[in-house]
Amino acid sequence: MSQSNRIDGGLIDRSQTLSFTFNGKAMQGHPGDTLASALLANGQRLVGRSFKYHRPRGIFTAGSEEPNALVQLRKGAHQEPNTRATTVELFRGLEATSQNHRGSLNFDIMAANDLLAPWLSAGFYYKTFMWPKAFWEKVYEPFIRASAGLGALSKVEDPDTYDKGFLHCDLLVIGAGPAGLSAALAAGRSGARVILADEDFTPGGRLNAETLEVDGMAGSGWAAEAITELASMDNVRIMPRATVYGAYDHGIYGALERMTDHLANADGKPRQVLWRIYSKRALLTAGATERPIAFPMNDRPGVMLAGAVRAYANRFGVAPGKRVAVFTNNDDGWRTATDLAAKGVEITAVIDTRETDAQASIPRASIVMGGRVVDTAGRKGLTSITLANGQTIPTDCLAVSGGWSPNVHLTCHQRGRPGWREDIAAFVPSGDLPPGMSVAGAANGTLTLSAALNEGRAQANEAVKDLGFAASRKAPPKAEDEARETSAFWHVAEGKRRAWLDLQNDVTVKDVKQSHAEGFRSVEHLKRYTTLGMATDQGKTANIPALAIMAEQTGKTIPETGTTIFRPPYTPVPIGALAGRSRGKDFRPYRLTPSHKWAEENGATFVETGNWLRAQWFARPGEQGWRDSVDREVEMTRASVGICDVTTLGKIDIQGRDAAEFLNKIYANGFAKLPVGKVRYGLMLREDGICYDDGTTARLAENHFVMTTTTANAVLVFRRMEFARQCLWPNLDVHMISVTDGWAQYAVAGPNSRKLLAKIVDDFDISNDVFPFMGCAELTVCGGTPARLFRISFSGELAYEIAVPARYGRCDDPGADAGGRGIRRDPLWHRSAWRDADRKGPRGG
Amino acid sequence: MIINHPLLGPRDAAEFVHLGDASLIDRPNWQAEDAAAQFLDYAYMRDNPAGELRELWYHEQGDRSWLVVTRNTLTHEISSVELARDVALARGRDR
Repeated sequence: MSQSNRIDGGLIDRSQTLSFTFNGKAMQGHPGDTLASALLANGQRLVGRSFKYHRPRGIFTAGSEEPNALVQLRKGAHQEPNTRATTVELFRGLEATSQNHRGSLNFDIMAANDLLAPWLSAGFYYKTFMWPKAFWEKVYEPFIRASAGLGALSKVEDPDTYDKGFLHCDLLVIGAGPAGLSAALAAGRSGARVILADEDFTPGGRLNAETLEVDGMAGSGWAAEAITELASMDNVRIMPRATVYGAYDHGIYGALERMTDHLANADGKPRQVLWRIYSKRALLTAGATERPIAFPMNDRPGVMLAGAVRAYANRFGVAPGKRVAVFTNNDDGWRTATDLAAKGVEITAVIDTRETDAQASIPRASIVMGGRVVDTAGRKGLTSITLANGQTIPTDCLAVSGGWSPNVHLTCHQRGRPGWREDIAAFVPSGDLPPGMSVAGAANGTLTLSAALNEGRAQANEAVKDLGFAASRKAPPKAEDEARETSAFWHVAEGKRRAWLDLQNDVTVKDVKQSHAEGFRSVEHLKRYTTLGMATDQGKTANIPALAIMAEQTGKTIPETGTTIFRPPYTPVPIGALAGRSRGKDFRPYRLTPSHKWAEENGATFVETGNWLRAQWFARPGEQGWRDSVDREVEMTRASVGICDVTTLGKIDIQGRDAAEFLNKIYANGFAKLPVGKVRYGLMLREDGICYDDGTTARLAENHFVMTTTTANAVLVFRRMEFARQCLWPNLDVHMISVTDGWAQYAVAGPNSRKLLAKIVDDFDISNDVFPFMGCAELTVCGGTPARLFRISFSGELAYEIAVPARYGRCDDPGADAGGRGIRRDPLWHRSAWRDADRKGPRGG
Repeated sequence: MIINHPLLGPRDAAEFVHLGDASLIDRPNWQAEDAAAQFLDYAYMRDNPAGELRELWYHEQGDRSWLVVTRNTLTHEISSVELARDVALARGRDR
């Protein structure tokens, strides 16, 4: 198929042609296209099926608010469902497929749901899947699961990488439309550190979609020049393809930057980066979203938002239809008619709901003031519309404008509620903004160009002055204010057929009325009962018209009816990006003991203890299972000697004049009188008397102790001890530090343990008389290596624990290093001796 | 959230561990006559105010200071940050 709908102009690079496929069909586009604009250029109007009724659907918008054109991208492990074709940047070799249909896109057997529509209205699930109870799991759940969801996951591990990053700035400007660019220029010129983030790949916002002029040049040209100037400033960071999705506490914003989604091959680079942006001030210049008018059968492919139709013509050089009609309740919709007519596209009709004068004369178009569209025709694409006056107009594209709603989302992420402005029939940010945030341009209800440019500059100057910078004196960019009169016309009452509000979740005007009739009148109830605004687009185009209809039903005003709460994220954030590098084995990295490598080579089976991997037993050839290994290790320890790496136990070094008094307070048993050179078992309790932790503490010197804790509790015990030191007994002279990683520690147990250790200690008498049970000492081993020796036993055997600085504890064979040749030795299975120890002595952990 | 550490300046809340109500500093005297009742309160009873709350945060990924942070639980506004040791001393805790 050639690019049958391609027209002149636009910000695309026609010198290059990009081939791509949609449902296997080869198509062509150009750099600068989105998948949506390329599909339209190739005459592909039908791109998907709706969620519930499986109605044929086409591209509805030209931005991230898209409810209809959800497609699946790429193949195999890279497969990605539910992407909005309107935001996907075209690249060579892109493979896209439609989703949510059984059978082909053209013949979806699930479209039978559409015939059942009278029974599938709001609350269908709640009313239907109730009885009999026996059906819940066996019939209803499998059925609901089979129908749920849109696209399909690849079901293999995501091969892409995702990163996280942190940025700091004086002023974060969210959105690079006219207000945002004007603001970033002003702030950048003042010397403040500025971040300018925009979800689009070409900054400029609506300037790229309109034919408006700034400083005497095309708006898109002015935007490109502004970006060039900003790029030359070292204090400004421009982030295209970056959606600021959430406003968090204390000036922190979340942003998702798409790094390689627009490339055929990521080439090892991270696919997306999740940024945490710390800002002193933020300026929201996120623009506005056009909303539709609900009228009967308004969901056919070819029915689009008027501003989107204009964007496709002006920015992408695509006419979404050959014969375009406009249905509007405001002045802005007329510009779709004049812009497209100027490009030579046939305008068949302009229908304005207002009984006023025509805004423009369009050659050969029927102008119908006070008109209503009451029906449409065309199963898989619009062919004609019928008006309330009975006139039927053949058309393949109906551009609908119901006015513009400021993108107030981020202003409400901290429970702020928007206020209603009657003159533009829209919610605007109220005074209750997140601290540090201001709003300018269309996001603030300032919908006209000159005013938006000025407001962006003024707000930025105010913010930087607040931060101590001298505001730039450069004059604001010059432009005119376009006509933006609007009326509050929400839906066409005439006509009997279904009128859609939420296209993605198939919520119609009738559903909203039914919700009201059945008592679900709060907007929050309306939302949940009908699923209005609960699809991936979060009702960006649907919510306000639906609220207006709810208000009509209840007899309240729209501001009295209110909006549902806006929550992050503004647009979907992939789980992969939220996870970043913390996945697989990096989700919870293991800590390894100094003997880990040796243990691995010697057949150890490991167990996770806290974050540690600890050798549990060592299998030898011929052993039939863990019990054989454990029995051998126990026997070896009982008969000769066993060695066990106990490095994982927490170790806390405690020093200070009051160290003994401190230990006396935090242990349930007494420590004040523990002599130097002795170890004592200690028990810690919670404040309610329940056992918390235990271990041994050795007194190495008058004011120096070393405590051990259980492996898994080491961090918590240390935290609690710091709490006791700082908050409970702040005048004690005591200091401590965790030395768990600093020392490698081995238990050496069994009747031959003394004989083994005697071979490695330097000039130190470890006879029972000099170094008795519960003794401890600092000494050197193996010719000068510093070490600590504790005569403690958790096995009931003659036993020691010996600690050396961790870098000396890494050895291929602890026994061999210890010079223990000639003595039978075996690694001691950590638990096996203790299992056996009941009859001999104490147990421990 | 950002916590303005009295010694280290503004730090991300992710560096801290949150414990809760700073009344935990006021550990009862275990020798008091009604010690059991006091410890029941101390161990289990907490206020859960909607508004300003003085709470303990531990700079575990930092200098290991315990801090008393006064935070509004509705807005997350932090109005003061003190070293818990200073607070403990001011409240008469000694050895």
